[in-house]
Amino acid sequence: MAEVTKLIHEYLRHDKKFPHVWCPGCGIGIMLGALIRAIDRTGFSKDEIVMISGIGCTGRLPVYVDFNTLHTTHGRALTFATGVKLAKPSLKVIVIMGDGDAVAIGGNHFIHAARRNIDVTAIILNNSVYGMTGGQFSPTTPYGMKTTTTMYSNVEQAFKISELAITAGAAFVARGTVYHTRGLDSLFERAFMKKGFSVVEVISHCHTQYGRLNRMGTAVEMMEWQRDHAVTVEKAAQMNEEELRDKFKVGVLADRELPVFEDEYGKIRAMSKGTPAK
Amino acid sequence: MKRKDQEKLLQGNEAIVEGALRAGCRFFAGYPITPATEISEILSTRLPKVDGTFIQMEDEIASMGAVIGASLAGAKSMTATSGPGFSLMQENLGFACIAEVPCVVVNVMRGGPSTGLPTSPSQSDVMQARWGTHGDHPMIVLCPSTIRECYDLTIRAFNLSEKYRNPVILLVDEVIAHMREKITLDGSRPIDIFNRVKPTVPPEWYIPYEDTPTGIPAMADFGEGYRYHVTGLTHDIRGFPTSKPEEIDLFIRRLFRKISQNFADMQIGEFYQTEDAEITVIAYGCVARSAKRAVIDARERGIRAGLLKLNTLWPFMRTQVEKVLHTSDCVIVPEMNMGQVSREVKRVNKGAAKVFTINKVDGTIITPQEIMGKIREVC
Ligand SMILES: Cc1ncc(C[n+]2csc(CCOP(=O)(O)OP(=O)(O)O)c2C)c(N)n1
Ligand code: SF4
Ligand SMILES: [Mg+2]
Repeated sequence: MAEVTKLIHEYLRHDKKFPHVWCPGCGIGIMLGALIRAIDRTGFSKDEIVMISGIGCTGRLPVYVDFNTLHTTHGRALTFATGVKLAKPSLKVIVIMGDGDAVAIGGNHFIHAARRNIDVTAIILNNSVYGMTGGQFSPTTPYGMKTTTTMYSNVEQAFKISELAITAGAAFVARGTVYHTRGLDSLFERAFMKKGFSVVEVISHCHTQYGRLNRMGTAVEMMEWQRDHAVTVEKAAQMNEEELRDKFKVGVLADRELPVFEDEYGKIRAMSKGTPAK
Repeated sequence: MKRKDQEKLLQGNEAIVEGALRAGCRFFAGYPITPATEISEILSTRLPKVDGTFIQMEDEIASMGAVIGASLAGAKSMTATSGPGFSLMQENLGFACIAEVPCVVVNVMRGGPSTGLPTSPSQSDVMQARWGTHGDHPMIVLCPSTIRECYDLTIRAFNLSEKYRNPVILLVDEVIAHMREKITLDGSRPIDIFNRVKPTVPPEWYIPYEDTPTGIPAMADFGEGYRYHVTGLTHDIRGFPTSKPEEIDLFIRRLFRKISQNFADMQIGEFYQTEDAEITVIAYGCVARSAKRAVIDARERGIRAGLLKLNTLWPFMRTQVEKVLHTSDCVIVPEMNMGQVSREVKRVNKGAAKVFTINKVDGTIITPQEIMGKIREVC
């Protein structure tokens, strides 16, 4: 408890009036806790961290934390992050997005940030729905589910965010859940320390909209669903397709050395000046 | 140290690049589009030489986002585009307005709407430049009509954006962007470069959106120890979202005040033979060149004609326009659109003069002969 109090005082903004905007029981707060613990462990100073978000319930997160914080437009957080990082590479840039933010309206920016492998960490809270606007379906809403714009049934197929990030060229990709809180801490920590585009997809719940419409129970029950459907990468390797059918993998899904945009651009600067690249 | 005279034969787009680099631009993000592409191409080779950054983004929405991000991190930043791309930039352009982030956007106009006329000149984005992004906001829009002005106004655009913490749009037409003229860069002329005012107070005293008498709060770059919140939501003086009517009102009014109390600093133009003019042409961009020719020809024929050339389109040069409306019997506003500036001229006219228009929307320029024809018709 003493440790928690210390972290709260160190990282939350005292001049920002709490309470926060989130519904009681929402997973975003749990993710915020994990973020702060991970940042504290990495040793980055508050001045060197820039936390950037888009729009949505998830996008409201940076306002509460005592970093350089930037709350941008819906879906565009990664574009702002690209500018911040390239203008001042010494900064540690962390981007917080919702699923709609990251892969619907911001989908193009997401795949291109991954392709460039820019040294930014992207954290996506995937609650399978547009929480802020009242529970409409998102690109990660599973087939057959009910939302306020698919009251009969969702007929679209869902994106798998992590797999998309791997294909697009991210250096590090991991998936966790807000149920496995401590696991989330270490995934964040690894993502922050990785040079290149690192992605952590955080499976969460929106019990007040999505959960209610689909009779998935309380926040706690939805977190129990996360517990029961997550399998670690290691365990998944031992399971067959049938056993994995309604499960999702958690843990580090990709961790590879790929050319990082800023390093490559450094070579361009050298070439432009006629000096041989290192 | 005195800079050497550098005489050059430059294209408008090239002069814009020279102006940007001279002003201290160190970050450019863009997406290729005719007739602005040269700006991207040249900066992609020039910026790395000065340890700046050029990045080709996935679209113009992203370009505008990156430009704002870079500016927040302390780099003077710019993008360049044409109509379709300018439309995509409007979303984040509004963000730059509300968060008060300095940046320069070059829009080399083409005929529209939509893909329109990619390679033909037009002046049809005057209103979009002013009102393209949603919500009430001030905007600064400059418009060159010579290559010299491409250079000077680009520097000015950076200076004004840094000074007033507002995006500045350089509205160029295709003729000016692609024509060549000889110019002497700098030489012995002193060039003022303005850099954003940074806070001098300790971080714990810093109020990022403080309502100062000038209306322009000091701006800290990210990573300098002043940790603050930047948002596209309407915010209080500390930068935090607010829904309190008194705080909202204060904020929006300050955004306007910082511009409106400094009109004289941002409005530039040229009065040419207007003192005794019975007929005054009000023009901008490439049309101002044709207008000047027409005025010279008219004077030769004994017609007392004059020209008011506008280099600032927004904030609208009301005082200067009113002056010629009061001294002339007739005012002619030729422009390559259906009447975007003439509408403003008529709005401020109040019956002082007769206002005539020439509107050309066929992708060709307005010639001196066409303006001369109108002068003869009305005199
Ligand atoms: C350009 C634009 N379109 C639509 C919206 C409205 N809007 C706000 S948040 C949001 C969806 C948020 O969903 P998600 O990104 O999944 O975040 P969550 O609220 O679920 O955390 C939408 C559509 C907006 N702010 N901007
Ligand atoms: S609406 Fe859903 S996502 Fe938003 S705060 Fe409430 S529970 Fe969380
Ligand atoms: Mg969501």
